[in-house]
Amino acid sequence: MPVSYTSIMEEHRAVRTAAGVFDVSHMGEIRARGAAACEFLNGVLTNDLRKLPPGRGQYTLLCNERGGVVDDLYAFRIGAEEFLLVPNASRIEADTLWLEGRLAAFAGRGGLELKNVSDEFGALAVQGPKAAGFIDSCFQPGPGAPTSLRKNEVGRFQFAGQDVLVSRTGYTGEDGFELVAPAQMTEALWNKALEAGRPFGLKPAGLGARDTLRTEAGFPLYGHELTENTTPLEAGLGFFVALEKGDFMGRSVLARQKINGTAKKLAAFKMIGRSAPPRPNYPLWSAGENPERIGEVTSGTQSPSLGVGIGMGYAPAEFAGANTAIGVEIRGQRMPALIVPRPFYRKN
Amino acid sequence: MSANIPGDLRYGKSHEWVRVSGDTAVVGISDHAQHELTDVVFVELPALGRKLKAGESCAVVESVKTASDVYAPVSGEVVAANAELAQHPDLVNSAPYGEGWFFKIKLADPGELDRLLSPEDYLKQIEP
Repeated sequence: MPVSYTSIMEEHRAVRTAAGVFDVSHMGEIRARGAAACEFLNGVLTNDLRKLPPGRGQYTLLCNERGGVVDDLYAFRIGAEEFLLVPNASRIEADTLWLEGRLAAFAGRGGLELKNVSDEFGALAVQGPKAAGFIDSCFQPGPGAPTSLRKNEVGRFQFAGQDVLVSRTGYTGEDGFELVAPAQMTEALWNKALEAGRPFGLKPAGLGARDTLRTEAGFPLYGHELTENTTPLEAGLGFFVALEKGDFMGRSVLARQKINGTAKKLAAFKMIGRSAPPRPNYPLWSAGENPERIGEVTSGTQSPSLGVGIGMGYAPAEFAGANTAIGVEIRGQRMPALIVPRPFYRKN
Repeated sequence: MSANIPGDLRYGKSHEWVRVSGDTAVVGISDHAQHELTDVVFVELPALGRKLKAGESCAVVESVKTASDVYAPVSGEVVAANAELAQHPDLVNSAPYGEGWFFKIKLADPGELDRLLSPEDYLKQIEP
């Protein structure tokens, strides 16, 4: 995926007002099959897979024993005993190694198949308010259609005689669909999507717009907001941590953090007044008479939809509350910013 | 894309253009530069009265993805800065040689102009 095909602004706006298609084939696919698949995965992921009937997925995190994030990903229950995990491209190897290690220690591992099938698949994301207008026409008519999927649901649809998994999920804050197809099919599917979608305003969109869209939506990016040294609770993702489901890797640390709070918290902020945009690694400062260095920016950009600089970063909990004034150091100057709730951008 | 390099300007190696008028020079960035940057979202300009040396970093142009330094192509005192860019940084993209100008310098040494690139030499640099 290039940074942009035309321009980041244009592609970002297309996704917010019509539709954009992203080639996300770099993302991973890990399949887990067997009677014990649910139990095994539920012991290593934070969210509760038991909530998923076949045909539904959930956002979840893979944690280490310190509650630190190994990856954030989507887990789909494809069948009664089959799950598909979609990890970040940069973490496919790390996740596979981690899961294989956990599997070796898992008592019920007989009959459980865990396989990194990333090389077999490509993926596209079709995102935007108009996506539902043309996505069905990309597939052969059949009993169901992608638009019959509700948010987080997944189904199989036919393209050129082959199965394509389509989920109603995305990383932009818009309605949309993510397609997982046999690798050799991706190009034809891309061309089909463009052909079907152009009359609706569909544009190809690249990495740059992918980043501005997810930042506006307040979504974390592994390697920035999420690392092996941050926990889901520090990142504000407690909704996806099902402490009540029973034991899972990292649970004891997360349970303590739930009770005691976390020393640091991920905060979202907007620049006040005219300013250059915040960018990763720019220092964050407290405001007031004796400013102190309190953290650094993990993600930041000029928001195409809002016309203002937006960013996220970790700060001590006492500085991370909404409406706290902070400073962002940009080229040696501390520029005023305000902590705000996520998401920065909301439909209507 | 075919290069847009006006014949009446001189160019710096780092993609600035210079339009000379008597003893002042207007400075901006080239069409090639704005095209590489894509959407400009913020421009930081030098303060009025600042004395620049040729080659000195004196402004910053930010796109969505990156911040890039702009260098003084010639030495002199800053006598004007384009206030329009505060509200309309996109002028750098839509009118890089016109309304998207950055600042004006009162030339300290007009001889320095000879060290700048001609349009032909600038073209060779960007399309070798």
